Amino acid sequence: MQEKSISTANLEQCLKCNLCTLVCPMLAVNEQYPGPKKAGPDGERYRIKDPEYYDYALKYCLNCKRCEVACPSGVKIGDMIQTARIKYGSQSKIRGLHGLRDWTLASTDFVGGMTASPIAPVANAVLKTGVAKAVLHGTLGVDRHRTFPAYSSEKFENWFRKEALEAQAGFEKKVSFFHGCYANYNYPQLGKDFVKVVNAAGYGVELLEREKCCGIALMSNGFAAKAAKQGRINLESIRKAAGPVLTVSSSCTHMMREEYPEVLGLPNEDVKDRIMLLSRWLYPRLESGEVKLNFRKDFHMKVAYHTSCHMQRMGWQEFTLGILRKIPGLELTVLEPYCCGISGTFGFKKENYGYSQKIGELLFSEIREAKAKAGDSAPFVVATECETCKWQIEMSTGITVMNPVSIIAQALDSE
Amino acid sequence: MFLENSSKEYDVIIIGGGITGAATARDCALRGLKTLLVERGDLCDGASGRNHGLLHSGARYAVTDPEGARECISENRILRRIASSCIDPTGGLFITLPEDSLEYQEKFIKACRDCGIDAEAITPEEALRLEPAVNPRLIGAVKVPDASVDPFRLVDANILDAVRHGADVIKFRAVTGFLKENGDVRGIVLGGSSIRARQVVIAAGIWSAHLAELGGAHIDMMPSKGSLLIFGHRLTRMVINRCRKPGNADILVPGDVVSVLGTTSDKVPFEDCEDIRATGDEVSLLLQEGINLVPELSTTRIIRAYAGVRPLVVADKAASGRNVSRGIVLLDHELRDGIKGLITITGGKLTTCRLMAEMATDLVCEKLGLKIPCTTAEKRLPGSKVRKSGKDPVHKRAAVGRHGSEADIMDFNAKGAGEIICECEQVTRAEIEYSVKNLGVRSISDLRRHTRVGMGTCQGSFCISRVAKVLAEVLGTPDKADELVKDYLQERWKGMSPVLWGDTLREAEYMHKVHRK
Repeated sequence: MQEKSISTANLEQCLKCNLCTLVCPMLAVNEQYPGPKKAGPDGERYRIKDPEYYDYALKYCLNCKRCEVACPSGVKIGDMIQTARIKYGSQSKIRGLHGLRDWTLASTDFVGGMTASPIAPVANAVLKTGVAKAVLHGTLGVDRHRTFPAYSSEKFENWFRKEALEAQAGFEKKVSFFHGCYANYNYPQLGKDFVKVVNAAGYGVELLEREKCCGIALMSNGFAAKAAKQGRINLESIRKAAGPVLTVSSSCTHMMREEYPEVLGLPNEDVKDRIMLLSRWLYPRLESGEVKLNFRKDFHMKVAYHTSCHMQRMGWQEFTLGILRKIPGLELTVLEPYCCGISGTFGFKKENYGYSQKIGELLFSEIREAKAKAGDSAPFVVATECETCKWQIEMSTGITVMNPVSIIAQALDSE
Repeated sequence: MFLENSSKEYDVIIIGGGITGAATARDCALRGLKTLLVERGDLCDGASGRNHGLLHSGARYAVTDPEGARECISENRILRRIASSCIDPTGGLFITLPEDSLEYQEKFIKACRDCGIDAEAITPEEALRLEPAVNPRLIGAVKVPDASVDPFRLVDANILDAVRHGADVIKFRAVTGFLKENGDVRGIVLGGSSIRARQVVIAAGIWSAHLAELGGAHIDMMPSKGSLLIFGHRLTRMVINRCRKPGNADILVPGDVVSVLGTTSDKVPFEDCEDIRATGDEVSLLLQEGINLVPELSTTRIIRAYAGVRPLVVADKAASGRNVSRGIVLLDHELRDGIKGLITITGGKLTTCRLMAEMATDLVCEKLGLKIPCTTAEKRLPGSKVRKSGKDPVHKRAAVGRHGSEADIMDFNAKGAGEIICECEQVTRAEIEYSVKNLGVRSISDLRRHTRVGMGTCQGSFCISRVAKVLAEVLGTPDKADELVKDYLQERWKGMSPVLWGDTLREAEYMHKVHRK
């Protein structure tokens, strides 16, 4: 009767079963938040009628996409909420001190580009002081419990060009590397570990012609137009790169694969399948025997794996776990996939700090238990692909968090 | 006030709680008459609750019925002012497709202007910019002052105003006969009891024929069935019409949060009017035609299908039975049939309800020997008071959207009052309490007509048990919640069954799983 039996309008596919409501971590701790069903498909019907129905409480959405994982009808609830925030609740310019804060938190390239330089040690030292934290808390509204991730004195890109580029010429097969802001400005060791693992797998590494921040922080803070501009640059560079474009951060990856088209309106079908985390690329190759990695015999580590929200949404945790299980001497525990609560820049804002910590508590207590159970026979770390989960878990539990790529790199027998 | 029965004697009794009866009751009460309205079911139960919700500009009738068109544009302007809370001034667009003719469009524009209707031709590009969802094949478009009107709220507002001016209302009691003295009507019989009045006005839509018969008069009426489809959300901002001679399924109205497509037009026997429902064939026809207006209709979820009956009157003096009027029919049975005390007002349109009421009330006053001027065109209806907008708390916004300034008398401060009970339509406890108190609600179906409870995407699958619990509590019969749910689901099923495929089929399956026992 109708051309298709299933509505193309995604909000129409919602049956109002409320599975999403059950899994929403924000709703569990904050009654001001309407929850994914009300904020998503329910609210959308009313917003279509009149934008006046936009509810500013949508700002509490963590964009964790757990609602989308739970939805049996394939409704892109999280995307719908993000889109509504952009369409109806966007900041077109920086308003007030909180606006300035949001812009600063979101502008990873700008701030990172300035700070990840020889001035980094000074900046890091200043940002760590109680005075600086009190000032940031009181003026900009960056919660005093937070410490900005330390900036590196040398960007990964610079290191790569100086120290690694030449060696890559020796590889016949190549992959491209989207390193992300964290590896570039804060923790170049992660990028170095990536190069080590890929080289050990017999592949050379190339950087993209131009790489900008994926834009996730801009999008979440209401600067969608800027995010889209950066997205276009990235997609253009990815189109020019020939083979797979590998990543180390689950959030950047999810952003470029899913949110570019769904939220920012940037079509990416032609390149989407080439954008993936290193583990998604590596594990099938290890399984098929195409790639062989030699691991150290004397490696000992107890690893508790935390599935970040965006990793969960992509459903790729098994690829990482598969590799970790192949490492001799690595004892693996898989944590329940609770949200850590930080949601990128969300938890940095003082008005959200309380919610962040409440949401994360389930995860933190599980990690503490896992550590107590693990004992002292080997170093205990938490592994996760998301850098903001890392900051949150480290701040809240005091336990070291590593990207699985770094764990693999450490376990490699490089002789 | 709302009563179960009454021993008072009235100046006027109005039979029928649709828009004609409600507007007449309001007019009578505003003129100071002791007024009673009697309705056998709930308010808005008949054609008044089963139509497009279209506030005609008159454009649709300009070519074929200029007199009707003039009535429409004049009433359109009045209702926008006095019933602003019931009206969404969407504007309307008449589109011409390649299979229609631009010559007709020219004729149409001229006819509109002759009737005093603003009709502005725009280019197809401009039309697509205004309404990206309309058929891109269009070759012409005309903007007219059509609007969307919420018929439920319009009836409620008239009833509220009538009651606040002293009128009584008896719902859920059917008129079974008339009190007659010397062949003249002196009141009505409600089953075992009777109520006296100096004048009785039949305003019962298609059921007017039957009532007139009870009173000893004959009206030659023709039930004309119109079926409509409700789509899950608003696809267009404006009312979309086809610019051609009026036909099937050529109007799409954005009503509240949904889109309503209609209608068909078929003569049906009187027996069918009691349980009128849309058929599969009508659904196919509506879809086939509707996608020419807005192609996206072919992939949008249909929430339900429904049908109403137009009360067409075969013109009294016409030689042939084919000459049927959709215009206003006011019958003075004293003059026509020698029955004093009985008047019938029927025909007409939702848009002309106020005018029909004025005509009927004028006649009532004349019969009572009174000369009281009509003020209904000047006085704003309840809900349409000017209020500051924009700063309402989120949980109150949907109630304001539906009830306008009436939302300000809902008690949102009581504990739990802002809690959303029906999530699709964002109906709060405060709104439910208001409806029971002010509109005599008894069942979930009644509540639905006054609040949109259960009218949304899930048709009550998820929230209806919660609604039933709250309603049963407010009604003071907390143990009756189960019964309320059962009745309601049967009624919903009627509208879902003709459109059971795709997402609506999945919804029905889900509804069944949730509510089976």
